[in-house]
Amino acid sequence: MIEALAFYIFSSIAVAAAFMVISARNPVHSVLFLILTFFNVAGMFVILGAEFLAMILVVVYVGAVAVLFMFVVMMLDINFVELRQGFLNYLPIGSLIGLVMLIELATLFGSWVVTPVIANRGLMPTPSPDITTNTHALGNIVYTHYVYLFQAAGMILLVAMIGAIVLTHRNRPGVKKQDIGRQLNRNPANSVEIRKVEIGKGI
Amino acid sequence: MVEIWDNYGLPMVWMILKIIAIVFPIMLSVAYLTLAERKVIGAMHLRKGPNVVGPFGLFQPLADGLKLFLKETIIPSGANRGVFILAPCVTFVLALIAWAVIPFDKGMVLSNINVGILYLFAISSLGVYGILMAGWASNSRYAFLGAMRSAAQMISYEVSMGLIIITVLLCVGSLNLSDIVMAQREMWFIVPLFPMGVIFFVSTLAETNRHPFDLPEAEAELVAGYNVEYSAMTFALFFLGEYANMILMSAMTSVLFLGGWLPPFNAIPFTWIPGPVWFALKIAFCLFIFIWVRATFPRYRYDQLMRLGWKIFLPLSLAAVAIVSGILVAFNLTPNHG
Amino acid sequence: MGFIEKNTRAILLIELAAGMALTLKYFFRRKVTVNYPYEKGPLSPRFRGEHALRRYPNGEERCIACKLCEAICPAQAIVIEAQPRDDGSRRTTRYDIDMTKCIYCGYCEEACPVDAIVEGPNFEFATETREELMYDKDKLLANGDQWETEIAERLRLNSPFR
Repeated sequence: MIEALAFYIFSSIAVAAAFMVISARNPVHSVLFLILTFFNVAGMFVILGAEFLAMILVVVYVGAVAVLFMFVVMMLDINFVELRQGFLNYLPIGSLIGLVMLIELATLFGSWVVTPVIANRGLMPTPSPDITTNTHALGNIVYTHYVYLFQAAGMILLVAMIGAIVLTHRNRPGVKKQDIGRQLNRNPANSVEIRKVEIGKGI
Repeated sequence: MVEIWDNYGLPMVWMILKIIAIVFPIMLSVAYLTLAERKVIGAMHLRKGPNVVGPFGLFQPLADGLKLFLKETIIPSGANRGVFILAPCVTFVLALIAWAVIPFDKGMVLSNINVGILYLFAISSLGVYGILMAGWASNSRYAFLGAMRSAAQMISYEVSMGLIIITVLLCVGSLNLSDIVMAQREMWFIVPLFPMGVIFFVSTLAETNRHPFDLPEAEAELVAGYNVEYSAMTFALFFLGEYANMILMSAMTSVLFLGGWLPPFNAIPFTWIPGPVWFALKIAFCLFIFIWVRATFPRYRYDQLMRLGWKIFLPLSLAAVAIVSGILVAFNLTPNHG
Repeated sequence: MGFIEKNTRAILLIELAAGMALTLKYFFRRKVTVNYPYEKGPLSPRFRGEHALRRYPNGEERCIACKLCEAICPAQAIVIEAQPRDDGSRRTTRYDIDMTKCIYCGYCEEACPVDAIVEGPNFEFATETREELMYDKDKLLANGDQWETEIAERLRLNSPFR
């Protein structure tokens, strides 16, 4: 009973918050509602017994991705009233695209055929949480069965990261930068010179 | 009716009592941490610190709390009311809910979940929201700048913290905090993983916006950072949240590196002292270092802070993950679990 | 210092540890706090505090209304009005100091030919209202009566240098 209650609480808040994400007037509020949605979805993962996924969702999406969203949205200085002015003009084409997407999804799920292997696997008993934890189960499958796919995903992310750095990193000449190593390696012998200056002569 | 009470009511009441038993000592220690900080820093400055209210100034935190409680909460007219009030509440609540998974002794934990350390990490990474929201909702440049700095800083140091936690997990083979402590029965992790322990501690300094990384609230340049516009109870909540976070980070350091509730030697005079006392002593030791560092070092400049986080700590902790896992595999030391 | 030594020091955080050792050493030192309202630090006899108008031992007020102090006051905090008294001697009828204007430079004290206006040792004369800081002649004379022994001692200590 408690589980069902918790499920309904989490899911209804998640749906309501997701709706508020697109309907809130203030974009910062939208991001905050997005975070609320993430939280409730994490709660639902916990109900499903997937606590590892729930925590990763919170760490990655709420702890890092949404913070960056928030950063960007807070720093933007856009007149959002102005942006909304063309709303009605674009309504027909927007709703058309939405409709197409909906039909596609419906046909996709309608014609979904589950292969017998997978269907049988679903019938297999889930190992009890006492025997193996979520994390172990996930590790066992990701690092054995799907190891190549997992590594490929890692490579793609690495390439994306390096690409972003290459695209944005420019070595501009003439920029004065602090080189802490050089600063620390200076010593009185090679940076200060003491001279006896004769009166009236100068250096 | 009786059945419902037995199945749900009684455990609920029991749970609430346990929560109170955890939260109340934490609030008390937060109050006295503020006094300890003033006393210790005072002593390091050759001052006496607060000594007027009560014997040795022991009632000072209560007086401060009462003062903040009685003051008027001012909400700036340009502020975003809802978010403005929500921000300190978020900070405060996040600092408290993390304690649900901290083990105080063998089996003495509110919720002994399998992914305890991930939960802690998740909660501590959420701390940035309170600050970000406060900075934005205040509608003030100082507050906003402080919040931006703080957010960038906390995200940066979280990365290396996460990697260091992974090195510890490699030595344990479990994400459960009690397992992590029990894995240190032979030797605390601070001994084999000493450099990691130091980096982790420095990262917690940055994560809690403490000296020498307290740029978000640098008085000299940003007045008080994200909490410029806050007063009275809202400010008190921020303050409590920050200090509770400090205690939490110390608890995390003790669990990960200092062997949690375990005595330093498994010999007679040490084992007489119960686990929670050892745990409290270790937390107090970490907090002393927090304060000690504050009294010693000057504030970092922002670009130096970022350099330290990304160019020194991140490569070091990344290398540590590789080295530790390499050593564990090479010498066949991997914890065989499950 | 060689390259290796320097880098070892950096990696082992020797400098940071040394700094922390220093603060820890001071942590155990004797504290120098003066517990202010109950203990007070020493004051120089030349300390310039609250003003006072002095009297002669027979009770006659010293001030002869020469207005030198009024003239020299850089903050123009002093206002004096004078009239001959019934016995024919020249005395002030009004001697006001605006303590909110005063900058405690001590020029009045130095200008005074009869040591009437002095700046006493008292620095604890904070008030709750601004009006209370507009001192008049009665207040200044009362100050003089209250602090006379102290002021006389200070003048005696300082006399070799004047």
